[in-house]
Amino acid sequence: MRILVVEDDKDVAGFVLKGLREAGHVVEHASNGRDGLFLAASESFDAIVLDRMLPGGIDGLRLLETLRSQNNHTPVLFLSALAQVDERVKGLKAGGDDYLTKPFSFAELLARVEGIARRGRGEGPVTRLAVADLEMDLLSRTVRRGGEKIDLQPREFRLLEYLMRHAGQVVTRTMLLEGVWDYHFDPQTNVIDVHVSRLRQKVDKPFPAPLIHTVRNAGYMLRAEAP
Amino acid sequence: MSLATTLQMLGRGRTDPRQRRTPMFRSAGFRFGILYASLFGLSALALAAFLWWTTVGLLDRQTDAAINADTQGLAERYQEGGLPALIETIDQRLATNIDDNAIYLLVGPRFDRIAGNLNAWPRGVTLDTNWFELPVERAGLKGVARLHEFNLAGGFHLLVGRDSHVRSQLRRLLTAALLWSAVVALILGMLGGALVRGAFRATVADVSATAAAIAAGDLSRRVRIAGTDDEFDLLAAAVNDMLDRIMRLMDGVKQVSNAIAHDLRTPIARARTRLEDAAIHARSPDELHAAIERAQADLDGVVGVFQAILRIAEIEAGARRSAFVTFDLSALITDMTELYTAPAEEAGLRLDAAIQYEISLHGDRDMIQQAVANLLDNAVKFSPTGTTVQLTLAASRDGVRIEVADRGPGIPEADRTRATERFFRGEQARSTPGSGLGLALVQAVATLHGGTLTLADNAPGLRAILKLPASSMNVAS
Repeated sequence: MRILVVEDDKDVAGFVLKGLREAGHVVEHASNGRDGLFLAASESFDAIVLDRMLPGGIDGLRLLETLRSQNNHTPVLFLSALAQVDERVKGLKAGGDDYLTKPFSFAELLARVEGIARRGRGEGPVTRLAVADLEMDLLSRTVRRGGEKIDLQPREFRLLEYLMRHAGQVVTRTMLLEGVWDYHFDPQTNVIDVHVSRLRQKVDKPFPAPLIHTVRNAGYMLRAEAP
Repeated sequence: MSLATTLQMLGRGRTDPRQRRTPMFRSAGFRFGILYASLFGLSALALAAFLWWTTVGLLDRQTDAAINADTQGLAERYQEGGLPALIETIDQRLATNIDDNAIYLLVGPRFDRIAGNLNAWPRGVTLDTNWFELPVERAGLKGVARLHEFNLAGGFHLLVGRDSHVRSQLRRLLTAALLWSAVVALILGMLGGALVRGAFRATVADVSATAAAIAAGDLSRRVRIAGTDDEFDLLAAAVNDMLDRIMRLMDGVKQVSNAIAHDLRTPIARARTRLEDAAIHARSPDELHAAIERAQADLDGVVGVFQAILRIAEIEAGARRSAFVTFDLSALITDMTELYTAPAEEAGLRLDAAIQYEISLHGDRDMIQQAVANLLDNAVKFSPTGTTVQLTLAASRDGVRIEVADRGPGIPEADRTRATERFFRGEQARSTPGSGLGLALVQAVATLHGGTLTLADNAPGLRAILKLPASSMNVAS
């Protein structure tokens, strides 16, 4: 994917650029709002990582508003030290697709960038999801693995659906909490881990090859084979 | 308020070094005083004018009416009985005039005296006007008189008048009285003005002295409430409420800075030590990686604490009231139960939920979620294996009650009030991971919604009761 990173902090920008390139993406970098707006408007990207506070007269919000007013709908992930809920709402209202506060873990950033880029592609309504021998029918709400039916609770079904929709992609605990439970808080206990572990009991345990993998210090990933 | 106390207060206000002196003409107290004095003076003036008009004016009008009637009568007598009858009537009237204030003079066509008590036709009386106010001399007495000149048939002229010395006396008397009362009014007005100004200043001085003391750093100062329930008391109470709030906020800031100094230094120091240790002593890349990862986890913990502090601050500032919506609280609690059943079971606990349905609430959905999650987190964290955690949602006329009860160690009664302070960690909690911010956040959320958080004994265990007022409840459903 082609990703534009607009970030003035050299260390943060270097860290993000390196990570995204290692993940196999083509990355452009702008260190101020003016250059960022120019690049974003003149070239085509799959996603933009945008800092809110930028030098050069145009901050992240202005940049995005200008871009959206030109009918440019490139998915945008805000990256900002402004962590208050109101700031988050402001970013999303201006047309941002997601909002990540600093400090952040790279895994979280990568997962979210890939998430919004995929969403941006607009795959249309899906009725069937499949990863390896695991199949999910969204209409009849049934799950089969290797032809064998797996019984899931409604919430387990949604958890698996979310993992399957993001197959091959790191999904963080926060993303699961937001995407599956629609919660915006940090539980102190390992609630998500417990739910994923229960899902594993049903989806992976009876079968030879596991599909749900734990990514250290990041979250989970559903994929066909071990790395 | 007596004059003495007012002046005393006025004096105190003056000697207070913290009170800035305003130039007299720009002081609001002075303006109020002047306003009072001018109002007082104006009403005194209006009273005097009225008095003048009703006494002197009435006397004038009465005199004129008497002269008119007299003239009329004499003219009639002349018409009926001619000159002798007129002379006789004049003499008669002069003889019966007890007050000795009547003046008559009848002259012939050549202005020679025929009858009356004036010696000669006074100078200044002409024939073109009828009414005069002249000094006259009669029987050796000088005085001022009001005269009316009347022409009779046959070239005779009649002059009828009244000596106005009574009126002059009255006028002098009144003028003197009014002058004196003007002086008294001026003095009273100024005194009253000073009183008003003093009272005004005394009240304002207390407010401004308090504000100055607060500005100088003495946060414990409060405006004195006189107990009269008047407007100034209301103002003082409002100012005091504001100061209480400021003090609470300041305490919060103090607490947070203390906490940052103590509670955040520790994990930062630990992470730093790990990294330094690894940089010096690590013998393999694996050891290095492990040290870095542990340090990273420490720092994530620090970030988590920061986020919690900021969130509490955000809630306490009341900024999140804009995020209030009406939502289905029963559904939210049901979802939370579902989310926490699995971790509870994993910890060997039973989560028992009693949820009353169809309760909706006007509030901050995310914050209520976070608050309930914190209570459940605590319950799951501290409960011994094999016990039950009870979650209750119930609505009554008083409001909504969300209760989480566990069978853990509970909180000793002495610590219960402090348990909701930021960074407070009980003896029992010190060995478990946590930041000591969980209950502080629940408390902040409760306050944001106008509710309360009560910690009670569950014998054994803790009963955390989050009560939200009925006003936040939506009874439309």
